[in-house]
Amino acid sequence: MASVSDNVMKFFRSSSNQTAGHADPQKITRRSSGMAEISRLLNSQESLCVLDLGSTSANNIRLFTGKGHKNYSEDLLRSSLDPALRIKDVDGNSVVDSKKFLDENVVYANAKFDVVLCWNLPDYMEESLVKPTIDRLWSVMKPGGLLLAFFHTRDAGPDSTCYRYHVTDTDLLEMQEAKFAPPGRPASEKQSPRLQRVFNNRHIENLFRDFASIKFFLARDAIREVLVVR
Amino acid sequence: MDAPKTGEFAHIGKSVVIKGEVSGSEDLYVDGSVEGKIELRNHSLTVGPNGNIKADVTAKAVVVQGKLDGSVNASDRVELRKAAVVNGDVTTQRIAIEEGAFLKGKVDIQKETGKAAGLASS
Repeated sequence: MASVSDNVMKFFRSSSNQTAGHADPQKITRRSSGMAEISRLLNSQESLCVLDLGSTSANNIRLFTGKGHKNYSEDLLRSSLDPALRIKDVDGNSVVDSKKFLDENVVYANAKFDVVLCWNLPDYMEESLVKPTIDRLWSVMKPGGLLLAFFHTRDAGPDSTCYRYHVTDTDLLEMQEAKFAPPGRPASEKQSPRLQRVFNNRHIENLFRDFASIKFFLARDAIREVLVVR
Repeated sequence: MDAPKTGEFAHIGKSVVIKGEVSGSEDLYVDGSVEGKIELRNHSLTVGPNGNIKADVTAKAVVVQGKLDGSVNASDRVELRKAAVVNGDVTTQRIAIEEGAFLKGKVDIQKETGKAAGLASS
C-alpha cells in the first residue's frame, strides 16, 4: 500500500529533484491573449479585487497594488498537496479530503473578486478537487468578474513543465518553472509538480457551466487559454 | 539571514514557547513559538527558520524565515525569505518576497507620504 508521502510525491516530477536547491529558475516570456483582456480591465478600472491562485509573486503584488487594486494571494496547488488532507476512502485508497480542503482554502467571507487568476492550476491539481474548487471560485466572484485559466491542448506527458506566472503591464507573461516542497516538508524536497491530466473542450465547458460565458484562445505552445465571465 | 548576534536583538530561542502578549521597545528575534500577540511598534521582528508564530504582529519591520499564522502590520517593510510560510493578511509600505516563499492572504500596500511604495521582485 502506498504511503501518504508516496501519494503526495506522485504529484511531483522525479527528475527535477536533481536541481533542487539551485539558483532561481530562469524566466521565459509568452504572449497571452487572456492576460491582455485582464490587463485592459485592470488599467481601465480602479479598486478591483484580484485573487492570484499561483505561486506567491512579488511582481504580481506590486503590479496589482500599484494600480490601486486589492490583491489576495493563495497558492492553491501547494496547499492541495498538504499531507494532512489525505484520507482513506471506503476501499482503503489514499484520497484527498475535498471537504477539508475547501474548509481551509478559498474562504473569503468579506471579499468578492473581480479577477481570478487560476493560471495552470486545474491541469496540475488532483482531479477530485478541480470541480469543487471552480464551484467555490464562482461563489466568491462578482457577477461579470473574469477568471483566467490555462489548459494543455494535448497530453504533453507528466513531465510537462509547471510554471509560475508573473504579470507585466501588457499581454506578456513571465514564466518560471514552479518548484516547491509539499507543506510541512523541508525545502530540500523541492520539486516540480506533474501534469495530472489533459482536459478537452467539453470537459472545460462542463467545469465552467455555471459561469455566464467562456472564451477560448488557442496559443502556439499547445496551451488553451480560457477566459470565463462569472 | 543568519541569526543575529545576542545583544543586537532580544532573542527567543527555539526551545522557548510563549503564550500571551509580547511587546517591547527593542528588536526581537524569535526562533521558538509564540502564540498570542506581538507588538513592537518602532522595532523589527525577525522570525527565524525554526520560528512558529501564531499571533497578530505589529512592528516597524517584519522578516520571516519560518512560519507565521496571523495578520502582519509593518509600518515600514515586510520580507518573506525563501522558506517563509505566512497565512494572514499583510499591511505594509514595502514587501519583498523570495522565490519559494508562501503567502496566503491579502496584501495591502500603504503608500508612504511623498514617496512611492516599493517591492522587491521575486
